[in-house]
Amino acid sequence: MAAEPAVAFRSVARHYGPVRAVDDLTLDIGEGEFFALLGPSGSGKTTCLRLIAGFERPTTGTIALFGKDATGLPPYRRPVNTVFQDYALFPHLSVEDNVAYGLMIAGEGRAARRRKAGEALEMVALGGYGMRKPAELSGGQRQRVALARALVLQPQVLLLDEPLGALDLKLREQMQGELKALQRRLGITFVFVTHDQGEALSMSDRIAVFDKGRVQQVGSPEAVYDRPETPFVADFVGASNVLPAAMVARLTGRAAPGSLRPEAIRLGTGEMRARVTERAFLGSATRVELDADGTELTALVPKGHAVPEVGEEVRLGWDPAALHVMEGAHG
Amino acid sequence: MRSEATLGLKIAAVAGLLFLHLPILLIFVYAFTTEDRSYQWPPPGLTLQWFGVTWNRPDVWEALGLSLRVAAVSTLIALVLGTLCAAAVARSRFFGREAVSLLVILPIALPGIITGISLRSAFSLADIPFSFWTIVLGHATFCIVVVYNNAVARFRRTSGSLIEASMDLGATYFQTFRHVILPNIATALLAGGMLAFALSFDEVIVTTFTAGQQQTLPIWMLEELVRPRQRPVTNVVAMVVVLVTFLPILGAYYLTRGTETVAGQGK
Repeated sequence: MAAEPAVAFRSVARHYGPVRAVDDLTLDIGEGEFFALLGPSGSGKTTCLRLIAGFERPTTGTIALFGKDATGLPPYRRPVNTVFQDYALFPHLSVEDNVAYGLMIAGEGRAARRRKAGEALEMVALGGYGMRKPAELSGGQRQRVALARALVLQPQVLLLDEPLGALDLKLREQMQGELKALQRRLGITFVFVTHDQGEALSMSDRIAVFDKGRVQQVGSPEAVYDRPETPFVADFVGASNVLPAAMVARLTGRAAPGSLRPEAIRLGTGEMRARVTERAFLGSATRVELDADGTELTALVPKGHAVPEVGEEVRLGWDPAALHVMEGAHG
Repeated sequence: MRSEATLGLKIAAVAGLLFLHLPILLIFVYAFTTEDRSYQWPPPGLTLQWFGVTWNRPDVWEALGLSLRVAAVSTLIALVLGTLCAAAVARSRFFGREAVSLLVILPIALPGIITGISLRSAFSLADIPFSFWTIVLGHATFCIVVVYNNAVARFRRTSGSLIEASMDLGATYFQTFRHVILPNIATALLAGGMLAFALSFDEVIVTTFTAGQQQTLPIWMLEELVRPRQRPVTNVVAMVVVLVTFLPILGAYYLTRGTETVAGQGK
């Protein structure tokens, strides 16, 4: 018997009046997956997470957790726990009591609560912080407390709502690694919401890209990055160049929009000609904006290569395999 | 930059404070005077006898008892209704939310005499005889405002995700209220309740219209001033009123001070 998916959306929609926050969503999230819900703000990714947690009810459709219908279950009867974007630590409780909150509600004894909360805090490298108040902790530490508080209940699915959004860059990169390691060690399903495509690409096993309440594409980071199925995905994930169908038809004979990664464009040789409209030094590379007969293209020139001046006419080309034709998409 | 105040400003400030507080001290002084017909300055002599006289006056005890009971019951009603109303306004969106918010606050902005007259005519229209409960009803109208204002401010500062976090961790609605909401709004409720109690305890205008023949303490004092009989008794009672109303307000002030960290943490 095939394992039931950890989370299964079946034709789920969530409407607020005329606003379709989530529209006709059918999606399986497998057990033990690190799954990212990626999209711009207002794309429905957070609503999707809240539907799993039970804070929202679907307008239509059903949600099942591990094969059991959970559509109407209140949040407190679901085997999932959430790490909130603003952490939502209880300000009146100490760190230890915060972590032990779920255990207290579940009726565990004081000694067991203390022991488990202590272990959970050790796991997130906050042993010895139990007596402090959340207000006395830094942003990164609060995030770890929120993580410990959710994990101490041993959920089958952990939901993370933009967990790294409030942290500075350095801390964010460190936490990305730690979250990934934690997920591998615990082996439970992590579903996390982010608008940061780099974060989604580097951490997840699979990504669902959202736009305007609909899933645009579901796939591995490599698939989403290399073979975007819609112009939106191509643009949102890695800011790819979207070539119009007419141009792709001329180049390949297939009439559908194409996606071309900026780093795949080579300047200096090739069939096409373009004028440089702008350039920006990024450190490891230089971004060059090009105008090829009215089509705007972006190229990344790695450090050490010659960078043309603004206004200069250049030739450009690419490995034909780098051009991905989005057959399923419309003009 | 701190600047030194001029001498004139200092004198004006001291004079202003004296003007505000000296009359209150005079009330205290007259509680000890030996002269009981008119307020003569300086007091011809000092005595403690009025405390004993006051203690033995049953009408004082009756008025004090009524005032305390009215204040307690009004505060209790205000705590329940004010908190519920604040929760609804701060936590959810519904049609007419702003209007409800305004209507709840209105009684305290409305002159007491309007509230009083309208309640009185409403009672007589509905043929409700004056009783303990008509006074309580009158007081509850403005007590609710105080509780509501305190509670709504605290609810707004309390992050909404706390409630979701609690339910996410397995707590039912009731458990969430008991373990998360109540501890976070407790000081605001205590402060609001104390203010409401103090307001109710020395209220005159609305009470005049809703009490009928009953005498709350402030009304008793008003009557007492008209009849010059054992005048210092009024002053003794006034001292008690000052203490009974001032202590809760002081408590409320200290309770709500420095509570920035109690609620709304997270961002």
